Amino acid sequence: MSSLSVKHLLGIADLTQEDIRLIFSTALNFKEVINRPIKKVPSLRDITIANLFFENSTRTKLSFELAEKRLSADVVNFSSGSSSVSKGETLIDTVNNILSMKVDLVVMRHPNPGAAAFLSRNVDTTIVNAGDGTHEHPTQALLDVFSLQQKLGDVAGKKVVIVGDIKHSRVALSNIYCLQKMGAEVMVCGPTTLIPKHIEKLNVKVEHNLQKALEWCDVANMLRIQLERQGGEHDVKFFPSLREYTLQYGLTLPMLEQLNKEIVIMHPGPINRGVEITSEVADSSHSIILEQVENGVAIRMAVLYLLASAIERN
Amino acid sequence: MKPVTLIDKNQLELIINRLAYQLIENHDEFADAVLLGLQPRGVVLAERIKYRLKQIMPEAEIHLGSLDITFFRDDFRRRDEPLKANSTEIDFIIEDKKVILIDDVLYTGRTIRAGLDAMLSYGRPSGVELLVLVDRRFSRELPIEPTYIGKSVDSIDSQRVKVDFAKNTSNDRVLLFNTELADE
Repeated sequence: MSSLSVKHLLGIADLTQEDIRLIFSTALNFKEVINRPIKKVPSLRDITIANLFFENSTRTKLSFELAEKRLSADVVNFSSGSSSVSKGETLIDTVNNILSMKVDLVVMRHPNPGAAAFLSRNVDTTIVNAGDGTHEHPTQALLDVFSLQQKLGDVAGKKVVIVGDIKHSRVALSNIYCLQKMGAEVMVCGPTTLIPKHIEKLNVKVEHNLQKALEWCDVANMLRIQLERQGGEHDVKFFPSLREYTLQYGLTLPMLEQLNKEIVIMHPGPINRGVEITSEVADSSHSIILEQVENGVAIRMAVLYLLASAIERN
Repeated sequence: MKPVTLIDKNQLELIINRLAYQLIENHDEFADAVLLGLQPRGVVLAERIKYRLKQIMPEAEIHLGSLDITFFRDDFRRRDEPLKANSTEIDFIIEDKKVILIDDVLYTGRTIRAGLDAMLSYGRPSGVELLVLVDRRFSRELPIEPTYIGKSVDSIDSQRVKVDFAKNTSNDRVLLFNTELADE
């Protein structure tokens, strides 16, 4: 099989294991491409892609843009701060206006869960979800699991713990789906206030003690504490103070040295050094944080290449 | 209809032998020439040629790479399914080298066009030559001609030429099919 079963990439939930394998094998080819002296291939030269970022992002946006440019696509960028959205235009209107300028594919980040799925039902174009609120962030999960597979050979049967703010994290949900589809066991770990209710329905283990979680796992994915989502509009505090969070859930080198095994440390970035993870751990040989970033471009190239191949020529 | 055998195992051995000597005639000991096979079957052919070259000149150091052209093709989105890519492995510098591109069958010339583009991502060679096992004459869509030819054949569009490289070389052959044969 050499094409995806889906027309859009809205979430990992819609993908089959074959889809994920196809994306990985294609990403492997693109990883070789981006290590060439000339890192550009002409595949998408007749495709125009709009990057619509209704929420701030540095690395995802950069990574998508690089992936698009290395495939020779034409790229237009849009950030909500400087746009008509602040004048009250609806999402469908904004996107349709952009599409009238003959755009073939839309990469969108949006603060509302389901925004990408909503758009895919109402607008006639191919959509790639680059994060929709607290719902999914599929390309991040794909690059995480791809990086793991590169490091460990195979993820099937491996035990992965996701630590931190599970409640607000789209990375966590996408990772859970993706890891499970590839046959890994998943545990989430964090303070009770940051673990969503009923999460065990997804077949994940729940643990509130970081040391115990580390003893169980082969891989620890340390999520960023989303400071901008703490407190917030309703002024709800999810933990008493950052210092207390760090004491309970911050990963330090002595904790890793206590274990009688090597575990892999991941982080989707951006890192709050000294909060969820210390600098020593982030820069240690356990960590594959920079590999994740490199693989991000290859994974996004693979996703765009595979989706673009299904777009009809007119 | 039964396929016609264009080249059998013995003929193939002779052809590879001749191509190897032709290459030596032009490039001596391959001091500044490298072989680059196009994935997938051009690579197998290139390996066979390199093996023969090493038999003739055991001392020579011959570089052989494989090049995948999938992302450089001009028929992206013109096919029903995207093509699966193969790996590219070039662990030497092609800058200022004479590159000998190697493929099994030359037909429309589009694969070679894509191959030239793909190769240029790795640097600027001082010259490029093309070696093919089978040249399907009079069917070119681009102005591309081979430097070394295993065998020239006249064929029509509905025919397919298929190169079968067997694992142990005993069943190597090149076939001409008259019916439509699905592209692999």
